[in-house]
Amino acid sequence: MSEIVLDQVSRWYSNVVAVNDVSMTIGPGVTGLLGPNGAGKSTLIAMMSGFLAPSSGTVTLDGIPVWRHEQLYRQIGLVPEREAAYDNLTGGQFVVANAELHALADPIAAAMTAIATVEMQPAQDRKISTYSKGMKQRIKMASALVHDPAVLLLDEPFNGMDPRQRLHLIELLRRMGNEGRTVMFSSHILEEVEQVASHIEVMVAGRHAASGDFGAIRRLMTDRPNRYLIRTDDDRRLASQLIGDASCRGVIMRSDDGLDVEVVDFGRFAVVLPQLAHSAEIRLLEVKPTDESLESVFAYLVSA
Amino acid sequence: MTNATIIGLTVRNGLGARRTVVLVILPVILIGLAITVRALVGVDQDATIGVMVGLGLTVVLPLVALIAGTSVLAAEVDDGSIVYLLAKPISRHTIVVSKYVVALTATILFTTLPIMLAGAIMTGELRGAIGYAAGALLGAFAYSAIFLLLSAVTRHAVAAGLLYVLIWEGLLGGLLTGVRWLSVGAWSTSLADSIVTDDILTKPVSPAYAIIATLVVTVGAVWLAGDRLRSFRLTGEE
Repeated sequence: MSEIVLDQVSRWYSNVVAVNDVSMTIGPGVTGLLGPNGAGKSTLIAMMSGFLAPSSGTVTLDGIPVWRHEQLYRQIGLVPEREAAYDNLTGGQFVVANAELHALADPIAAAMTAIATVEMQPAQDRKISTYSKGMKQRIKMASALVHDPAVLLLDEPFNGMDPRQRLHLIELLRRMGNEGRTVMFSSHILEEVEQVASHIEVMVAGRHAASGDFGAIRRLMTDRPNRYLIRTDDDRRLASQLIGDASCRGVIMRSDDGLDVEVVDFGRFAVVLPQLAHSAEIRLLEVKPTDESLESVFAYLVSA
Repeated sequence: MTNATIIGLTVRNGLGARRTVVLVILPVILIGLAITVRALVGVDQDATIGVMVGLGLTVVLPLVALIAGTSVLAAEVDDGSIVYLLAKPISRHTIVVSKYVVALTATILFTTLPIMLAGAIMTGELRGAIGYAAGALLGAFAYSAIFLLLSAVTRHAVAAGLLYVLIWEGLLGGLLTGVRWLSVGAWSTSLADSIVTDDILTKPVSPAYAIIATLVVTVGAVWLAGDRLRSFRLTGEE
């Protein structure tokens, strides 16, 4: 049972902030790291796997800082995003070499077990350069599993996989999680995360936007009070209508044009607003969320 | 201090067929030129220095060492496959020393041996062959370590190495005599000269200084490369 703890971790590259004050704890089971491209997922995984120093804060595995601590790789299996492996080796040779580098007692047996786990026996004697993307992903996975690690970190493992390979990986990750390993994978596709992860961490623009199981994430998106700017041809009349409805908690009339509306029940608000406007014959000119971070998370979840 | 698997992977991956061709071309040119000059002018001190020092020790040696020293590490750093070596509970110094052994072996194979042969051809003496080979061997130790360090420090190791050879060893080494204290080329030439000729005035630095300086640079550069690798950053796509 291993636990990765990030405590107020930030990482910046000169004046660009990639990860901004993130604290999270990754325990046994499968955790999905969800976020759009550029959200800081790869930076976060690089810091968890000891390939990047946090600019501030700490990243620890069972209490030990990961950075510059190579002995921790006994417990960590890393599947990097980049495809390059040792292309002129066969898949079997590559996994055996990884087992040897871990100084395992029986590297060949360990390699064969790992190759069997990812079901790559039929292709193990072919050179990696002849593999498809999905096969490369699996042989990388075998190389990360060869020492039976307690922690498995995967950076965008589903990229480039066809639906069958995807199902296979989903099943494999679930199994790893059920065995009590701490598994974390990143993805920008909600559907993938939803199918595998028992726990989801959402990153948006370098910030830790949300955390929980899928239901909790979805509730967070819909139940949290959020703000909208609404502009109509008769703001005051709509304001009185809105405040009479349970979906809204507050309405402020702007000094210029428009209403600032605080919504507590998004689902209801989305249905009620057009009905109210229609029955009162008010023309809606603009409806726009003004809570930036929420907007991006929300837009992201909707589009996925 | 070394790891057989890393040595094996490095030989297979780093010294692939295409690079080996480049490694072979320069020594072949050197030996070809030695045969030609010897046939045309016979044994001649100026011609020998021109071929052995001018081409052998100052061009062939650093360039072959540059190719060998960078290809054992820079290619893996470049395509990211170094991650598979680094995500292991292995001392970074073991990784670097293993790679240094491969780079050094290749450099000796493709510089020291051909330079020894060319020296024998040009001088017609065992002393000449051994002298230039000793100078080349000394340079091989230092250059391999320096280029390995460059591969660990920058992703533009080949360009940086070329600039170093051309500007520091070549241009400034010729213009500023003080550079000889910090020039691998001057050290290897000095050691070679001290064996080949009895004329003590030609040597830029004393052979003892050359050997000690080479030792310091080699150990220092290999250690620094290992330390540098401990802080290797995996930069993501984003």
